[in-house]
Amino acid sequence: MLVEIRLRPGIADPQGSTIERALPALGFDGFSGVGVGKAIRFAVDGPDEDSARARVEELCRRFLANPVIEDAEVTLSAAGTP
Amino acid sequence: MSGRVGVVVFPGSNCERDAAKALAALGADVEMLWHAEASVRGCDAVVVPGGFAHGDYLRPGAIARFSPVMEAVAGFARDGGPVLGICNGFQVLTEAGLLPGALQKNRGLKFLCMTVAVRVETDRSALTGGVPVGRVLDIPVNHFEGNYTCSPSTLADLRADDRVVLRYLDNPNGSVDDIAGICSPGRNVVGLMPHPERASDPLVGSGDGAALLASFLAAAAAGAGPVAAR
Repeated sequence: MLVEIRLRPGIADPQGSTIERALPALGFDGFSGVGVGKAIRFAVDGPDEDSARARVEELCRRFLANPVIEDAEVTLSAAGTP
Repeated sequence: MSGRVGVVVFPGSNCERDAAKALAALGADVEMLWHAEASVRGCDAVVVPGGFAHGDYLRPGAIARFSPVMEAVAGFARDGGPVLGICNGFQVLTEAGLLPGALQKNRGLKFLCMTVAVRVETDRSALTGGVPVGRVLDIPVNHFEGNYTCSPSTLADLRADDRVVLRYLDNPNGSVDDIAGICSPGRNVVGLMPHPERASDPLVGSGDGAALLASFLAAAAAGAGPVAAR
């Protein structure tokens, strides 16, 4: 299970903009839209994909993301797959 | 004005003793409330102090809001009890849903440790009942995530209901509408980023915070109930 937390559009991302500003000095030109978020990985037990996804989305709403400033995207893979 | 004030202590709180000392100097009987206790022990008011509760892991306040004491604090707030969240305590109260909005990283990515000027915007709150509107106070801030943000509709509500308690004169962190502190619809829950307990005596640079804390103790002495109705 992978949960990616991103800042919502319009929310300032000072980490992302600082990284973006540093890139040309290192010779990396042509990069834009740099955003910094979080990736949270874990395993969850469940009878099927839909119920596991529903539980994780509820977890995101209540805890992993703050809906005022963040969006969460859930990516699911069966146990044993990367 | 005396009264029993509970100061919540999470693992990682670091302003609880400053808060206790400042409140005691104003005549309060202060009690520390360990976060694992599911009670506010009959206190007349609760302070959620600054620091880095639970290491600020995930987000400031995200884990602290699930500490057992927070359920008791929420119940106390629902019954009209005065609750004050300072800095990290403000972050905890927003995460707990006791105050709207969120605190994001400062504009400019700098940790800010400085004294700022804030203006009292309403005297209808548990923190400012005894302080005249328009009074400018010098109070230190000390934060990395103090940039208050909320949806446009929440901001409209805060303004329409006169719930912006304090505004920065010279916005240090990018907060929307220069907001330094807000209160709940019942006006008994107040959160602010500046640290009034660190401006409790001219000896430490400013005594302006003491006026706010004295006002908070007066709200505690008046007992629970909607502040607006007093």
